[in-house]
Amino acid sequence: MSAKTPSKLEKVMAAGHLGVTSECGPPRGSDPEVIRQKAELLKGYVDAINVTDNQTSVVRTSSLATCIHLKLMGLEPILQMVTRDRNRIALQSDILGAASFDIVNLLCLSGDHQSFGDNPQGQNVHDLDSMQLLWTVRKMRDEGKFLGGDEIKRPPKMFVGAAANPFADPFEIRVPRLAKKIEAGAEFIQTQCIYNLEKFEEWIRQAEERGLTEKCYIMAGVTPFKSAGMAKYMKNRVPGMDVPDDVVKRMSDTPKDKQAEEGVNICVETIQRLKELKGVSGFHIMAIEWEEKVAEIVERAGLLPRPETD
Amino acid sequence: MIVADKKPVEEIIEYVKDCEKILILGCNECVTVCEAGGKKEVGVLASTLRMYFANHGHSDAVVDERTLERQCDHEYLEEIRDIADQYDAIVSIACGVGIQFTAEKYHSVPVYPGVNTSFLGVTEQRGLWTERCQACGQCILAHTGGICPVARCAKRLLNGPCGGSSKGKCEINKDLDCAWQLIIDRLKAIDRMDLYEKFFNIKDWSTDRAGGPRKVAREDVQI
Repeated sequence: MSAKTPSKLEKVMAAGHLGVTSECGPPRGSDPEVIRQKAELLKGYVDAINVTDNQTSVVRTSSLATCIHLKLMGLEPILQMVTRDRNRIALQSDILGAASFDIVNLLCLSGDHQSFGDNPQGQNVHDLDSMQLLWTVRKMRDEGKFLGGDEIKRPPKMFVGAAANPFADPFEIRVPRLAKKIEAGAEFIQTQCIYNLEKFEEWIRQAEERGLTEKCYIMAGVTPFKSAGMAKYMKNRVPGMDVPDDVVKRMSDTPKDKQAEEGVNICVETIQRLKELKGVSGFHIMAIEWEEKVAEIVERAGLLPRPETD
Repeated sequence: MIVADKKPVEEIIEYVKDCEKILILGCNECVTVCEAGGKKEVGVLASTLRMYFANHGHSDAVVDERTLERQCDHEYLEEIRDIADQYDAIVSIACGVGIQFTAEKYHSVPVYPGVNTSFLGVTEQRGLWTERCQACGQCILAHTGGICPVARCAKRLLNGPCGGSSKGKCEINKDLDCAWQLIIDRLKAIDRMDLYEKFFNIKDWSTDRAGGPRKVAREDVQI
């Protein structure tokens, strides 16, 4: 695969290196210092930074505005866009707005249901779904056209991605679903957090069998546990999460003051094992409200230095 | 059918507490089946209101009962033409359609809703009704194994399921079936998993609520 956009993340993976991304959740307020401090922790350790879009349906500073802050710091943001809150007019408009700041990575998602957030009585939009949003961005970029058919002056140049959850049910459609996302336009995939390595490896094997890993960069998602409590919470309470019993046990068997360290160990071991797996093009490290650990994880997993691109 | 649920009686009392003469108007169709607005419920609501008025020093208030075959047709609504003007209020416990048609037809009589109209659905079992259709105006059931993701997926995903589908249930509620799990099970049963593999492109929502109030005009059956 050769790079088609100015995205540094795309160039890194197109050159055959493992890509590394992390994420920065916008604050529940308007202080840009919070964003800058979080982002500063990631500088030099990742190729691009995802900026979440009102994740878990809780109102925060907008993803686009936060991406602009990162861009102004010389970092490369990945604009996350959910189809929950905006219709096709607003989505296309925000894509152009992002392109006007030369934001060159976009992740298309449907978004958590609003009942999880702080406005459970709100409407959801879902004029498009995440796959249709992928298709829309690709049309805007590759054909230089709006959905309505008119020509776009200076079309967006964006590397387009989507999420995939290899662990959600039903398992047998997880690979066909990946194929559909790629057909709709996904060029990179960031997966749900991986704790069940066997299941993930089976998913990648099936994807490879269908030739999907040749058409799309798969970035394996990892999240370090801060505590045994977090491991149990993610196992039992987070929809679509697969945390095997032995992983929970390993965390619980660790003394409390050593659990954070053990969580990082598990994360580093996961990356080290998956680095060798054919079909894995990179890692997406989601250290939830724990950005200060990303540098250590990237370093210990042997992903430094980050390659230079022109 | 159109499924409705009873409004709290306190809300209905708020609407009519100052009235002298009230007609409780039921409907013999959908709301009878879902036990929210038929003859039986007319009787219960009328008795409750009479009791309220008697207990609040207003025992001369009159609460009459009537149930029409339908409230969504001129023909049946005409049956109360001669009496409608006598009332200070009509409390209709038909669906929102019937309530509005009654109000349109009897322009000078206040008409209040006695139910919350909920959805288009089925009787799964006695006392349990569930949604099936959102009347989007452009049926896609041929592509989805006869199960509608617009009505039954909380995110109305046309290319589902989302990552929150777990053991056949929806992420928003463990008692709710994941529509896409049902679709996949059904496509397997009819040996049409090829349909799942097809990308479903952007839907035209102009025939849905988004396009404004809708109408179906059929010249072939108009007189």
